[in-house]
Amino acid sequence: MSARERIAGNVANYVDERTGAAAWMKKNLQKVFPDHWSFMLGEIALYSFVILLLSGTFLTFWFDPSMREVVYEGSYEPLQGLEMSAAYASALDISFEVRGGLLMRQIHHWAALIFMAAIVVHLMRVFFTGAFRKPREFNWIIGIGLLTLGIVEGFLGYSLPDDLLSGTGIRIAEAIIQAVPVVGSYLSYFIFGGAFPGYTFIPRIYTVHILILPGIFLALITVHLMLVWYQKHTQYPGPGRTEKNVVGYPLLPIYMAKAGGFFFIVFGVTALLGAVASINPIWLYGPYTPGQVSAGSQPDWYMGWLDGLVRMAPPLEPVIFGYTLSLNILIPGLILPGIIFTGMALYPFIEQWITGDKREHHLLDRPRNAPNRTALGVMSLTFMMIALINGGNDLIATNFDLSINQIMWFSRIGIIVLPPIAFIVTKRICLSLQRADRELVLHGRETGRLVMMPSGEFVEVHEPISPEKAWLLTQHEQNAPLQLEDTDARGVRRPGLLKSKLRKRFSVAHAEQVAKPTVADLKEIEHH
Amino acid sequence: MKRLSRYRRHRAAAPLLLIFALLGIGTTFQVAGATTTSPMTAEERTAAIEEGKEIFLRGCSSCHGLNAEGGPIAPSLIGVGAASVDFQVATGRMPMADMSQQAMRKAPVYTDEEVAALAAYVASLAPGPEIPTEEMLNYERDGELAEGGELFRTNCAMCHNFAGQGGALTQGKYAPSVMGVKPVHIYEAMITGPQAMPVFSDKTLTPKEKLSIIKWIKHAEKEPQLGGVALGRVGPVTEGLLVWTLGLGLLIGIAVWLATKAK
Repeated sequence: MSARERIAGNVANYVDERTGAAAWMKKNLQKVFPDHWSFMLGEIALYSFVILLLSGTFLTFWFDPSMREVVYEGSYEPLQGLEMSAAYASALDISFEVRGGLLMRQIHHWAALIFMAAIVVHLMRVFFTGAFRKPREFNWIIGIGLLTLGIVEGFLGYSLPDDLLSGTGIRIAEAIIQAVPVVGSYLSYFIFGGAFPGYTFIPRIYTVHILILPGIFLALITVHLMLVWYQKHTQYPGPGRTEKNVVGYPLLPIYMAKAGGFFFIVFGVTALLGAVASINPIWLYGPYTPGQVSAGSQPDWYMGWLDGLVRMAPPLEPVIFGYTLSLNILIPGLILPGIIFTGMALYPFIEQWITGDKREHHLLDRPRNAPNRTALGVMSLTFMMIALINGGNDLIATNFDLSINQIMWFSRIGIIVLPPIAFIVTKRICLSLQRADRELVLHGRETGRLVMMPSGEFVEVHEPISPEKAWLLTQHEQNAPLQLEDTDARGVRRPGLLKSKLRKRFSVAHAEQVAKPTVADLKEIEHH
Repeated sequence: MKRLSRYRRHRAAAPLLLIFALLGIGTTFQVAGATTTSPMTAEERTAAIEEGKEIFLRGCSSCHGLNAEGGPIAPSLIGVGAASVDFQVATGRMPMADMSQQAMRKAPVYTDEEVAALAAYVASLAPGPEIPTEEMLNYERDGELAEGGELFRTNCAMCHNFAGQGGALTQGKYAPSVMGVKPVHIYEAMITGPQAMPVFSDKTLTPKEKLSIIKWIKHAEKEPQLGGVALGRVGPVTEGLLVWTLGLGLLIGIAVWLATKAK
């Protein structure tokens, strides 16, 4: 044993005798994680969050969250001598006077966009593979919470520099708050400490942006990861993989090295974007003045769908007992997002209610094998995409020589018509893919080799697929619709019949699938 | 000399001196001014109007009418002034390429002389806004950069976007980009209000304020791309596109590569 090893051993022993860490470490460092690229999407979000914390801390050293009026005397000539808030002036100083400040600001903003995009892609993976099923329902809800808070956090960050664009965004937020019936105007006065814009919102949202929300994020992310740890990671089906085991690599050294390396790659990509591509050029927007607005004022992409919904809302403003009810803002700005996010959060429970499936699931679904869920997901994404596209309707209009009114009407009709179409088409595609899987198992792979039979007939040679592949294509369960009787044993109508009928219909739709080949099917084929 | 100096404290000396000085400055200005601008003589003007009328009859009258009185598809040009003609024709908007929502900027059809003749003809029909002279357009000298930015954001950005990149209006109309437009045409656009644009009279925006706006636009035009590729200076839409394509595309690509089993 070399001297160095002895010293290391002594130190480890010293720590272990006092903390008992060795046994815990031994167990947990060998913990196995399954390996798949789609399991790294959440990691992108996690690493972007770390980058956000680091770059954000750097920015706080120079940012002055104050609406005190100052005269700009920095080095950006077109703004020299203008009155502006200290917040905007200090954001300009970060961009032009602080060494590396602009790079850090851009890294911070790009990381925020990547963070949100990674969350959405991660959520899509979890949804389409059914990873939210028991026992992971709570983690799903935490994830939805993180997504929602991410939108809020991002919006507050976008609002902090107090440039013309952020002020416009805050103004729209104020309009949405005011659209709340009865208490809207009070809420607005409460949040802004008086009439808009006032002098308090920058310091207030700063505290929320850098302290409260990051704190909640840290707590939620910790619980999110601890649950993944405790419940173990889900895995894709494959030979040797069951509901009871986890097939993959140990945390140390393989996963540690991969994850550690991936962190630096995410940091690298973010830094690359920050170094070569301009984001939120606040100096061009100028200081915020309520009297000014720019054409094409858009929020960051993760709120673009909200802007798109507001842009397509018809002008519904009924006056009730002398009070205006701004349905044109209330519905797209609060009611629809409320329904969407509540529905998302509750989806695991809704699916459980439909299928009546209370078992634990650690093996993931192939999206085609859950056609109803996949179709529902694509339907929701279609809805969001149309809303998002309408959020950029002015740029689409100018760049593609279209009329903004036509795009708006396309969106208004499309957002109602296209999601159901997307549902039907996706479900059909899923069922077709199931049919193709069945074909593959029963008849094997098409080799493309044509053989001429003695009779002159041409046939294509089919090659049987590997047992591993056949296993993968046939491992999924055959769902059966719930058997719900309308009447009980004595022929009496059950209470809550309507609910039960609804459940039955959902259940039948959810269980729709192509029967997977059985051993008997295979045997029969072999006789041909 | 002595005789002259005797009167130097005379009561009339100061006013006289002032008159001589003013005469001197006035004459110098007149002579100097004459060298930079060459006002047309009456004959030249008549000739230009004649030429302009000919061009008008050939190229414009089918829509605007034989006497520029307008028609079912084109407005009357009586009283629109030379500035309007210069803006519309010299930026290629007129004659229109097609009857779409809005005349677009393109390569001009007529030469500078032909535009001047057309402008002279239309201006001869009724008084209207004049083409601003070189002297009036010295924005580098008379404009204020920061004030121009402030005025641009207050009066122009709502249609032309915060960086002058243009934006959409209703029914397929649009506010074009103001980048790469000659100062004289920016000025003319403000005083004539072409197409969907409002008129910014000298009461709304003084000539000096107009020059400040032009100065800011010209500065924005040649401003280097601070912070990297500008992505069109149209706000978060292109940023979102980049993050979903290059940013996330790259990261997912790397994730796929990392999870590939070694062969």
